[in-house]
Amino acid sequence: MSIAITRSDGSTSTPARKPEQVSAPKQGIRPGRIVYHIIVMLCALLMIYPIVWMVLSSFKPTATVLATSGQLIPTHWTLDNYINGFKGFAGTSFLRYIGNSLFISIIATIGTIASSAIVAYALSRLKFPGRRILFVAMLLSMMLPAQVLMVPQYLWYQKLGWTNSYLPLIVPYCFAIQGFFIYLIMNFIDGIPRSLDEAAKLDGCSYYGIFFRVICPLITPAVVTGCIFSFMWRWDDFLSALLYVSDTEKYPVSLALKLFSDPSSSSDYGAMFAMASVSILPSVLIFLFFQRYLVEGVSTSGLKG
Amino acid sequence: MTSSAVAPSQKDLANSSGVQFRAHGKFVSFLQREKVAGVVCSAPFIFGFLMFLIVPLGLSLYYTFTNYNIIGDAQFIGLDNYKRMFTQDPLFWQSLGVTFFFALISTPLRLIFALVVALLLLRNSKISGFYRAAFYLPSILGGSVAVAILWKQMFAADGVINRALAIFGIHTHFAWLGSEKTAIWTLIILAVWQFGSSMLIFLASLKQIPSELYEAASVDGANKWGQFWKITLPLLTPTIFFNLVMQSINGFLAFTQCYIITQGKPRNTTLFYMVDMYDESFTRYHAGYGAAMAWVMLILIGIYTGFLFLSKRFWVYDEEA
Repeated sequence: MSIAITRSDGSTSTPARKPEQVSAPKQGIRPGRIVYHIIVMLCALLMIYPIVWMVLSSFKPTATVLATSGQLIPTHWTLDNYINGFKGFAGTSFLRYIGNSLFISIIATIGTIASSAIVAYALSRLKFPGRRILFVAMLLSMMLPAQVLMVPQYLWYQKLGWTNSYLPLIVPYCFAIQGFFIYLIMNFIDGIPRSLDEAAKLDGCSYYGIFFRVICPLITPAVVTGCIFSFMWRWDDFLSALLYVSDTEKYPVSLALKLFSDPSSSSDYGAMFAMASVSILPSVLIFLFFQRYLVEGVSTSGLKG
Repeated sequence: MTSSAVAPSQKDLANSSGVQFRAHGKFVSFLQREKVAGVVCSAPFIFGFLMFLIVPLGLSLYYTFTNYNIIGDAQFIGLDNYKRMFTQDPLFWQSLGVTFFFALISTPLRLIFALVVALLLLRNSKISGFYRAAFYLPSILGGSVAVAILWKQMFAADGVINRALAIFGIHTHFAWLGSEKTAIWTLIILAVWQFGSSMLIFLASLKQIPSELYEAASVDGANKWGQFWKITLPLLTPTIFFNLVMQSINGFLAFTQCYIITQGKPRNTTLFYMVDMYDESFTRYHAGYGAAMAWVMLILIGIYTGFLFLSKRFWVYDEEA
């Protein structure tokens, strides 16, 4: 990583740069630099345009949303869509769906990270029979795609009597079934000097004590990264909600949003965009506040798109 | 291991308190052995892995040989599910074709965009943080229903896309999602739009390339293009490989986009394999058949990944070699 910093000046060492930018003089305002910023800025705005359009459309009167889709800024600002959207469906407020989603996402995230952390500690620090096999199993659990498991898991949870409840959305995650998080935290623990463990051991700390007193306080960055990913994935999870939640009242946000786009229900585009905007709010806020952790998480462990 | 140790200590509980104390102490010191602590700490994963991955997988392998409608009992029918899949189910072949087309077109496009943007963002400036955020944001919201709903509206007959075309003098009320030729491309564009996480991975590994290599090359008279083809690209192949494997597997398994935006319409030209599998299992209640479809996809992904790994030595730069 230190290498990256030494060449961060970029222009001399970065490949695939347009020739006129490279040959431009070093002092003053370089025309190449302006061209660069105009191009990149336009591309960046184009990327986020759909999302900005959706959010701004939610403030347009619902009758004009589609008619004025070419226009970004609303002529008449209104909050009616949010008022209508929060009314929800059949007497269930949209706030209820948000509460359901928060409940599922938070509990599952705590379970995932707590269980993954202790398993990561065992795999990274402790020598015990079967460790190699467990490591392979962990990699396997990263590879086994949730979508392929949808039918098998459904049949199994049905046998356990878990369908029509939140149990399938929460309990499995509390047993570290997403190898990604074990892997993420393991990588981090490997970077902590072993001499700290040994010092604690000399002071009479047990292996469990080492985990709680030495490792836990030190893995905070990895835990934060893990929590962010876990929360966002659980918040957006549509497939398992679709499979296991059947009472409208128990719907999480992802499933409730779909009700707006069903042809059978009345198409209130304004309310639909308003609630869609509300539904992406947690992810956007987390993204804005914890960007560093997210970027590091993706760059070091590389996963998910 | 743990259970055999618990048994005697519980038996001792019935004895006098002194013995009980000693047994308790023995049990605690047993728990504190490194080997035991390792097993205890990894117990959640051992349990979860068996209970929520291996058992369902094994169970479903059995169900692939049965006729099972979720509610009633399963009847053993041998290989009939597989026979039907390969010989009598045009939707199976249709969805398989659509899915491979989708994954094999969208993944390379996505990686090309990710690489080009990563190269652009290597140049540090005061607003590169904003740039990175803007390019990464669509990936963050990737699988959400909100984005799928948004996409559906954008490509509608009176949606943003047609309005944007009107700016360039093309006035049309073409329903992009209604045409057999264009519907799948809207899903591909959606997938390509979400190139952000691949971009971040490229960015991280681009920054690892030692600048001495470029300096040496420029001394040798290599221009920027030459440096890109001779240094950057070869050194990046391990990252390209990794992205290719992960992103194309994700492509094979795409579900939400299709389920919300097109539902396979028009005429099944956008029917993803996972959506077909979902419909078979939970709409038509052919769960045994759906389980067989899951196993076929698992094996196909295995073959595909194995093939990529075999191809590795022909194009992926290996530092140890």
